[in-house]
Amino acid sequence: MSNASTKRKGGFPNPLQWLGAATLGMLAEIGRLSIFTGKTMGAAFSPRWYPAQIIRQMIAIGFYSLPVVGLSAVFIGAALALNIYSGGSRFGAEQFVPNIVVLGITRELGVTITGLMLAGRVSAGIAAEIGAMRVTEQIDALKTLSANPFRYLYAPRFLAGILTLPILVLIADIIGVMGGWAVSTLGLGFDSTTYLRNTLDFLTWQDVTVGLIKAVAFGAVIAVMGGYHGDKSSAGATGVGRAATFAMVGAAVLILAFNYLISTLLVDFGS
Amino acid sequence: MSTGALLELKDVHKSFGPKQVLKGVNLDVAPGKSLVVLGGSGSGKSVMLKNALGLMTPNKGQILFGGEDVTHDQGKTREAMRARIGMLFQSAALFDSLTVWENIAFRLLNADGMKRKEAKERAIETLKQVRLGSDVADLTPAEISGGMQKRVGLARAIVSKPDLIFFDEPTTGLDPITADAINNLIVEQTKALGAAAVSITHDMASARKIADEIAMLFEGVIIWRGPASEIDSSGNAHVDQFVHGRADGPIQPAL
Repeated sequence: MSNASTKRKGGFPNPLQWLGAATLGMLAEIGRLSIFTGKTMGAAFSPRWYPAQIIRQMIAIGFYSLPVVGLSAVFIGAALALNIYSGGSRFGAEQFVPNIVVLGITRELGVTITGLMLAGRVSAGIAAEIGAMRVTEQIDALKTLSANPFRYLYAPRFLAGILTLPILVLIADIIGVMGGWAVSTLGLGFDSTTYLRNTLDFLTWQDVTVGLIKAVAFGAVIAVMGGYHGDKSSAGATGVGRAATFAMVGAAVLILAFNYLISTLLVDFGS
Repeated sequence: MSTGALLELKDVHKSFGPKQVLKGVNLDVAPGKSLVVLGGSGSGKSVMLKNALGLMTPNKGQILFGGEDVTHDQGKTREAMRARIGMLFQSAALFDSLTVWENIAFRLLNADGMKRKEAKERAIETLKQVRLGSDVADLTPAEISGGMQKRVGLARAIVSKPDLIFFDEPTTGLDPITADAINNLIVEQTKALGAAAVSITHDMASARKIADEIAMLFEGVIIWRGPASEIDSSGNAHVDQFVHGRADGPIQPAL
């Protein structure tokens, strides 16, 4: 439905028509994204694969994200320890800092911060790269050279996302906990050995697993949103820029939504 | 019934929403012949080419390759067609992330399963055919000039020895001397391969040089077709206006 048809005389939109058009537009977008996701997953989990592309994407998504993930995790862990100490001291619960830091980092913050940072660094990057390929006819060129873009472009990024995110999250967990440990022992008077023993005693494998399950889902979201928005990028610098923005915002929102959904499903896991 | 043409477009229609771009294009090219399709900006040349290549699907009509209907097929028949064609894109469309030789050898490496060493040798051999040295083989597309990119694009189009090569505005964006060199290479390489060629252009110098036959696309239909030697005596007002590059005439400038 065109915008013109949803307007009354004088230019004011009819609210019901506008709502209907917006709903239809949203459903169509969900449909297109679902088809794209299905095709990407179909290409990712069936031959033929392009191992060189998968390795290249694992390096681009995983290895080159290490600095941003490490720095984010250390500051989040440090800030978390400070805030728990400050809040806990109001009712004499300062000693729980190691326990709450490790629980918060492994189940929630390590994976969410990693996901959000990669939504910006990776999803937007994929959208910009694919968008530029689209507008310079490189995707058409792939097809004429008998290469399926889903197998050559999108599946390697999807596989790299779901394989590298869990590794990045494990690293973020370790660095985040060490950030909390550093602040607690250097600034809050905790004994180093006691802090680490409390951390390890309280941590369960289920806590880590919850974070890793989320990481796999976030890796898929980051790769799919980047690929989808890049693929439907319109011509010109503006189109590519919009694709990168939509990919980043879409991936970030979906990461937070999936985070809540998976947390709800796994809330009793390991408790 | 087969006409012996390598590629045939029969009554091809293509619309985008309410806008009808192709309104019944009929065209064919015989093996070893070079057909140039002329047309102004927005006349539907690129859409026609994309339909022929299978990058778009017509709303109506048929596309035959070697007598086989490939109109709606994205499976084995279309793949068999793509194995026998080459394409030089307007912007060359080289893959930024690959080196020059990997671009040229893309099909050999990915579709034909050729070993990298052999594919690189073949790519360098093809670079020589388009008058480029082996020193550019390991550069990336961003490190070479626009004219060199066109040559690399041509090398990629001919490396697998296709039966049919498509050229999309092969001289756009090039200076007259480089454009002429590209035209010479197109003629030389298509003749050497014995390949048919379908080119779309609005560059008359290019059309005169590379065409055996010329067709004129206007408002979504072919309005004239004939030997390249008869383009100046077509007797068609649209063709005359286009050939002489006049703003006045039946074709309205795309402003």
